[in-house]
Amino acid sequence: MAQLALEINSRQQTVDADPEMPLLWVLRDLLNMTGTKYGCGIGLCGACTVHIDGTATRSCQTPVATAAGKRIVTIEGLAANGLHPVQDAWIAEQVPQCGYCQPGQIMSAAALLAQKPHPTDADIDEAMAGNLCRCGTYFRIRNAIHHAAGETHS
Amino acid sequence: MNPMPSPAPVKDSVTISRRTFLATSAAAGGALVIGLTLRGRFHHPSSDVSQDPFNAWIRIHPDGQTQLILNKSEMGQGVFTALPMILAEEAEIDFSRITVIQADNADGTGGSGSVGGSYTPLRKAGAQVRETMIAAAARRWRVPLVECRASKSQVAHISSGRTLSYAALVKDARRLPLPDPNTVPLKDPKDFTLLGRSIPHLDIPDKVKGAAQFGLDVRLPGMVYAVVAQCPHFRGDLLRFDAAKAKAIPGVLEVFDIPTDPHSANKNSREVAVVATNTWTAIQGRNALATEWKPGQYHDESTESLTAQLRAGLDAQEYWNSTNTTLNPDTIPAARRIESIYEFPYLAHVTMEPMNNTVNFEGDRCEIWSPTQAGGGTQESAAKLLGIDKDKVIVHVTFMGGGFGRRFGAPFDHQAIQIARRIRRPVQLVWTREDDFTHDRYRPAGMHRLRAGIDQKGNLVSWTDRLADTTIIGQRDPRQAQSYELGAAVDQPYLAQHFRMSYVPVESGATRGAWRGVEISFNVFAVECFIDELAHLAGQDPYLYRRRLFENAATHRIAPRSNVDDKIADPTLMISMLDLVTEKADWGKPLGAHRGRGISCFFSKTTYLAQVAEVTVKDGNIRVDRVITVVDPGMVINMNGIRAQIEGAVLMGLSATLKEQITVKDGMIQQQNFNSYDLLRMPDAPQLETYLVEGGRPPGGIGEPPLALIGPSVGNAIFAATGKRLRKLPLRLDEVSA
Repeated sequence: MAQLALEINSRQQTVDADPEMPLLWVLRDLLNMTGTKYGCGIGLCGACTVHIDGTATRSCQTPVATAAGKRIVTIEGLAANGLHPVQDAWIAEQVPQCGYCQPGQIMSAAALLAQKPHPTDADIDEAMAGNLCRCGTYFRIRNAIHHAAGETHS
Repeated sequence: MNPMPSPAPVKDSVTISRRTFLATSAAAGGALVIGLTLRGRFHHPSSDVSQDPFNAWIRIHPDGQTQLILNKSEMGQGVFTALPMILAEEAEIDFSRITVIQADNADGTGGSGSVGGSYTPLRKAGAQVRETMIAAAARRWRVPLVECRASKSQVAHISSGRTLSYAALVKDARRLPLPDPNTVPLKDPKDFTLLGRSIPHLDIPDKVKGAAQFGLDVRLPGMVYAVVAQCPHFRGDLLRFDAAKAKAIPGVLEVFDIPTDPHSANKNSREVAVVATNTWTAIQGRNALATEWKPGQYHDESTESLTAQLRAGLDAQEYWNSTNTTLNPDTIPAARRIESIYEFPYLAHVTMEPMNNTVNFEGDRCEIWSPTQAGGGTQESAAKLLGIDKDKVIVHVTFMGGGFGRRFGAPFDHQAIQIARRIRRPVQLVWTREDDFTHDRYRPAGMHRLRAGIDQKGNLVSWTDRLADTTIIGQRDPRQAQSYELGAAVDQPYLAQHFRMSYVPVESGATRGAWRGVEISFNVFAVECFIDELAHLAGQDPYLYRRRLFENAATHRIAPRSNVDDKIADPTLMISMLDLVTEKADWGKPLGAHRGRGISCFFSKTTYLAQVAEVTVKDGNIRVDRVITVVDPGMVINMNGIRAQIEGAVLMGLSATLKEQITVKDGMIQQQNFNSYDLLRMPDAPQLETYLVEGGRPPGGIGEPPLALIGPSVGNAIFAATGKRLRKLPLRLDEVSA
């Protein structure tokens, strides 16, 4: 166990955790921040996606010690106030069904748009390929990303 | 928009039925309360409480806020929006004033039955609200009832222009007798103003904020986390484990073995629970257990052995048949005959939220938080296991991260309750993704052998279908096979003069269950691809061929098939679906090299559907470019929700068509996680075009039927593009049939 200083959603927090414990479980079980989801534990579904220093990162593959001293942003803190434009677009396009994968989808999409404000369909394919959705909302996700980029779509 | 319909947290101490409590306490608080009964297709038989016939409630409070307490589970299918829309429409309640509250012990959500099954009860209850409010207003004004109209949560006296809000009428309305729900007048559907519109889902804002509470998100004071080491072998057993090694890990609290669920694949054996302060530590503890297992009676089972059994089943003695002839259809003279075998694999549900539930057994009371399609079943099994009265068990139904037929209780309920009984503190049982893949209740694997004879014009002289599959329940009760295995095959909509279908269940160690659509995901694939084969055999366009068969069906009467519920499609509606989808898809317009279009159509749960898929087959890859789906569900409740369900079903079906397969080796499931069982991903998702037609019937099922078409649409499109007929799911260009 170790005392670790984490910056989560612009807030400094100290957690007492095994340094090897994935950030996912620190968030969910130690800090009760359950917006970040467990889906596979091997970095292949994207449900656990958070931003670390602005990069979309699978928190289930991130030992908490390696995130110490970095800027961690979760779905709960994506928007400083109200909703992030990606969240607004997700509502406008009525994306979620069961909703379980959507925090991860939104975090991946927000990181994409921060890098490429006007992504092409190919950019979207590449950035979002790591996020699974079993309900089949991909079509609306694509539309919502274009929507957030201020573009009309078919 | 409304406050969010999150499952309400429960703090009250209750000894009487929670439902009665909710209703009576609201009544004590001055609300007008109306009870109703909503049934599902998979209602738990014991969930009917004789002294408490209602299982859903409408409460209109003196401030006008209305609550609809629903005994349905929200798993992304939109019932928490569609069902209050029906109430608002009929009751003339302002939709923005309705909040949905999740009823405890909600039971039996599935089978595409929630909207269709709730439509009339909700309308009758809504009409009771409306007529009672009108009666209260008419009395207040001392005017005849017929001079009053209700709309937008108020009653107006037409000639004088006076109005009274429902809020102001609650007190009076409570003193009036409720009209009989069976005779209360219902609105004429042509006067509907809300139903059919596109309404945003009430649960979406919380779902984009990460605030919606799923089962895995339940957090209770003092809660601990548990995982279970489960036998990887079908019907295997626990040999030994090293509890000390697990307990040596800081944070592991308890390690003990528990009996397995008698209804699971590993019945009559034991498994090992590891309880820890957090999920990750519990998993570490399980990894350290050095558990050894003993293979069971199915230790030789493999996908190859199952395939051999299924193939043998094609010629084995049948368990069940349906026919319209005393003759053997295969011997009827025909101009041309063909035979084809279609194969389908085991599938996993793969809900994005793995199985879990949270249990607190304290004193003689048990509280359970569960993402479940069958809360009543969970309540029942908890009471039995704990030896306590059912009223001492409350199941709070949370949002669920996907359902698809997976969330019907066993065996995670059993495990969590055993653990809670032992440790006597709040505990969350978590299945890892590996648990979820290896201990699912799989969609059956099987084969169809289809034989048909056609005359010179292509008419179906004979149709013979033998289905052999690792049955869901047909082995236990062959008569039940019709309900779970044969739909969409035994009642396929095409006219065949001589028809015979027979069925053989095949034994397997894997547990089977309902997977979105149950049998339609495999039966429609076989029937609609085979029809396409017959069209080509007859030298006819696959669209026009289907159309002609339906024209024949509309004008000819033939002997009915035995052993079949009478739910045959109206051929003229099938034709209109085909005409519409081909128009929208530019059917017949050349697509260019390596590309092709495939068509399919279907009728299920009173919903009519047709679809065209466009594919590109190039460099050994199948790419689905565009899918056009037309659906006539009778009527649309929420245009937004119904489109979402159709899109989602198409993509889930496409995932199964192109990617998914569970395989068995040495009596164990081979797939553990997404590295060996991938799902459809963003780059594979086609352009979707969806068109709704409202045929003026009551709302039909929508969650499942659209899933069935994509397999045959894509298979038929691949044939159009390449001339190669793929008959084995998932579709592979290098297919080798067994």
